[in-house]
Amino acid sequence: MNPKRCAACKYLRRRCPKDCIFSPYFPPSDPDKFACIHRIYGAGNVSKMLQQLPVQTRAEAVESLSFEAKCRVDDPVYGCVGIISLLQTQIQNTQALLAKTQAEIAVAQNKQNQ
Amino acid sequence: MGGPGSSPCASCKLLRRRCAKDCIFAPYFPPDDPHKFAIVHKVFGASNVSKMLQELPVHQRADAVNSLVFEANARVRDPVYGCVGAISYLQNQVSQLQMQLAVAQAEILCIQMQHEPTLQSHHQVLELDQDDKALLLHNNIDNCCNNNNNNLGYAMSSGQFNSNFASPSSIMQMQMQMQDPLKQESLWT
Repeated sequence: MNPKRCAACKYLRRRCPKDCIFSPYFPPSDPDKFACIHRIYGAGNVSKMLQQLPVQTRAEAVESLSFEAKCRVDDPVYGCVGIISLLQTQIQNTQALLAKTQAEIAVAQNKQNQ
Repeated sequence: MGGPGSSPCASCKLLRRRCAKDCIFAPYFPPDDPHKFAIVHKVFGASNVSKMLQELPVHQRADAVNSLVFEANARVRDPVYGCVGAISYLQNQVSQLQMQLAVAQAEILCIQMQHEPTLQSHHQVLELDQDDKALLLHNNIDNCCNNNNNNLGYAMSSGQFNSNFASPSSIMQMQMQMQDPLKQESLWT
């Protein structure tokens, strides 16, 4: 077996061709990255997704898929949607506090002008 | 629900198979919404979704399906960044709001210091001039931005995705320290 197989081909126990779609993004030094993505999306789906993207965007796509897959493994019910929910709540709370503080400023400035 | 005499669920319709009485998809993919399963199948694959649902207690499966549909929709809309694009956008919103809040809080502090006679007499606080006020505001903004950057650990700008970010579990732990996670119903609408 070719010792320089990418992590994907190593995991899938197959030969790693020269034009392997996974090899630029799944080096053999990080086997967990592919394992996680494969567990959530499946190698076939990831391959299809990457094939539909321009080459210059594939690295970013793999990173975002990897992030989402890790989120899903950590939180099988909500995945990264849990993070979105937390951020939305944080935004609401901060907006409320900002509105309150701005109202206090208006009152204080009004007193100052009297 | 699937079974003889009843309409097959959207999953079994798409997969062109008999919809069993105990079909794992049937409660969550009714036949009147074929798009819902189609999009999840496109991104995750039916067998992966089935495995994920089987590993969850029944009472959590509806929420899991809804979050998978949300993620799949995000990925179809933005094939490069998916949900991560939304996370980045929201993080920027949080940063901007925290900056505005820091400025407002510094301003109210200035006003209070100007008008608090006891503070002035006991602590000999000098009247802040414009330069002092600017420094106070700037320090508040810096502290606010540093806190926010440490919390999430990554930023996206101009379409460049920085892969050197905190792990998802640490991001979620930091967020949960700030407040209780609320799984909002409105997220699914």
